Amino acid sequence: MYGGIDLQRSLIEVLSSLGLPTDVAKVIWMLLPMAVMVLGVTVGALACTWLERKISAAAQQRIGPEYAGPFGLLIPIADVAKLVIKQGTIPAKADALLYTIGPALVFTSIFLCYLVIPFGQNMIISDLGTGVFFVIAISSIAPIGLLMAGYSSNNKYSLLGGLRAAAQSISYEIPLALAVLAVALMTNGLSTIDIVNQQAEYGILSWNIWRQPIGFVIFIIAALAECERLPFDLPEAEEEIVAGYQTEYSGIRFAFFYGGSYANLLLAGLLASILYLGGWELPFPIDRVSDALGIEPNTAWWQVIAAFIGLTATLVKTYAFIFFAILLRWTVPRVRIDQLLDLGWKFLLPIGLANLLITAALKLTFPFAFGG
Amino acid sequence: MVMIETKAERMVINMGPHHPSMHGVLRLIVTLDGENVVDCEPVLGYLHRSMEKIAENRTIIQYLPYVTRWDYLATMFTEAITVNAPEKLANVPVPRRASYIRMIMLELSRIASHLLWLGTFVADIGAQTPFFYVFREREMIYDLFEAATGMRMMHNYFRIGGVAADLPYGWIEKCEDFCNYFTPVIDEYEKLITNNPIFRKRVEGLGTITRDEAINWGLSGPMLRGSGVKLDLRKVDHYELYDELDWDVQWDNGGDCLARYLVRVKEMRESTKMILQCLKQIPGGSFENLEAQRVLAGPKSEWTGMDYQFISKKPSPTFKVAAGEHYVRVEAPKGELGVYIIGEDSVFPWRFKIRPPGFINLQILPELVRGMKLADIMAILGSVDIIMGEVDR
Repeated sequence: MYGGIDLQRSLIEVLSSLGLPTDVAKVIWMLLPMAVMVLGVTVGALACTWLERKISAAAQQRIGPEYAGPFGLLIPIADVAKLVIKQGTIPAKADALLYTIGPALVFTSIFLCYLVIPFGQNMIISDLGTGVFFVIAISSIAPIGLLMAGYSSNNKYSLLGGLRAAAQSISYEIPLALAVLAVALMTNGLSTIDIVNQQAEYGILSWNIWRQPIGFVIFIIAALAECERLPFDLPEAEEEIVAGYQTEYSGIRFAFFYGGSYANLLLAGLLASILYLGGWELPFPIDRVSDALGIEPNTAWWQVIAAFIGLTATLVKTYAFIFFAILLRWTVPRVRIDQLLDLGWKFLLPIGLANLLITAALKLTFPFAFGG
Repeated sequence: MVMIETKAERMVINMGPHHPSMHGVLRLIVTLDGENVVDCEPVLGYLHRSMEKIAENRTIIQYLPYVTRWDYLATMFTEAITVNAPEKLANVPVPRRASYIRMIMLELSRIASHLLWLGTFVADIGAQTPFFYVFREREMIYDLFEAATGMRMMHNYFRIGGVAADLPYGWIEKCEDFCNYFTPVIDEYEKLITNNPIFRKRVEGLGTITRDEAINWGLSGPMLRGSGVKLDLRKVDHYELYDELDWDVQWDNGGDCLARYLVRVKEMRESTKMILQCLKQIPGGSFENLEAQRVLAGPKSEWTGMDYQFISKKPSPTFKVAAGEHYVRVEAPKGELGVYIIGEDSVFPWRFKIRPPGFINLQILPELVRGMKLADIMAILGSVDIIMGEVDR
């Protein structure tokens, strides 16, 4: 899983040499990246909650958490611990089954998307040929969970929140898909790895953001709407519908929603960095560095360093997006539901279609620059 | 021909008294058709404390600590009207210096009230951050209040015939510092809020009240001035010494939530201007100066004259409310705050009817939100600016 080294093969070899059958060794291997991914995403999402607190505090001239650990870093842990040991109540007139499935469905669908998210050349669980399509398809399941939660809570605010979530997700899925489609068009493929490699040639100049500026803006807006972040956080708008579909939730079920929403934000950031910001690529081709230092690019230790640099680059880009999203949340007011739908259907959708057409035309005209 | 008829069931939703954006304990019974508001019925009384009845069993001095609990965000105004009522009834003179101190306090209180309104209004639309910014400035005003009156919110500062105490050492300079600091801060708010496209889209053309409607509903304050009626009781009633200041009534023709927002922001600027003028014109200047002049010129000098006192005569605890009846009003930040007082030459007023601006302004809410979206209820309610302590009394 790490770097250019085939960790899978080495681990299986080690296990086989210990006397395990190769099949068992493969199964053990399969569990490992999954565990790493789930753990990594959880930590990343927790880091987002801490960032949210600290950045909002800075924007509002407060200090934010500071007593729980250095700089309040333990606050997310305290949050999780509190939510896990809290009693998970189910309202008397709620549909207990749907009420429980709802958050689980949201949580699982978001975590499944991480299957195809690469953090480096080989740092990916599975390089599916359908890549980004898989992400879009799987993330569409989440609104069903939200609708379930809103409907089964038997609370009017929850119902309104669930319906809003469904309406919002449906309207913003399409512009999002159109923006991604334009990128796929230039890549000649949907694989996330291919998309990044296609941006690798000339460093920062070959990143998709320069070739797809409109697509990038559409993607950012649609991604914020999909993540239910301000200015599009209508499904949980506190001033209007208390907490939307989360109103009745507590304990671990609420933690699923809470963690899920931040994991979703992290996913949006990762997608933005992969699709438009060159993924794990540095602003200059990393081969130049190895050339300048006189290192053979295939040296094992250099591969490890390069993998770590790539991982850092991905995370820096991702958290830059998250920083932007958090700052935006604490700066702007919320749009109204009809304005939200208008923006999605009457503005982003036509623009997205036009962008796709222009991309196709440019691809035919300048095949060297637009991946013909 | 058979027509397929789709009919959505209406949803009756109970907002409040514990809803996050109901400004205290207002309760709205809202009938929804999807996201559209079909009907809205406000239910009041969750903060009713019999303020008028209590007044009938208290002398004015005893009653003064209660009144800051009506509109707890514009506390100076409630005190002002409580002392103005018996003052006017008994023709108690107010020294010029006391009147200036009162004007400074009233305008500071107006700024504090508008600031908090700004924070909650923008928070109702979804932007939480300005709420923290307004508290920064509001704290400064409250520090000034604390220095002058000893209390931050429930001052108990006004007295019949003046105020309870003169301004302390250095207060005038501090107040001037605040005013000079505050004007650029309003520019900062405007930069952040006024031209924000999302904010504009949320409030422009929303909850429009025409000029005639505003008058017919009996609205007052920024609600009325935002609809193009240039009526300000400070100009109309000529109370205190507002005529000696150079200022204009702030108004707007829009009639929508944006117009009400603009009027309030402009009023904050105007109030700052007025306070600066008051600080320059106040008879005797700062208390340090007044004290020095008194020591220098001796006890018989003009500096001990009526103009330079902070109170005409210490009111007796058994101050009798003169016989007669009278309606007095002041221009509070929310509108016309009035008291109809009936005295019968006893220490207690026989009747003490309060006309709260919030209560009267709230009446128009159902009319405004009908046919709007659910989210608009909060924007419109925010622009009305109600304080439940005052609405329910």
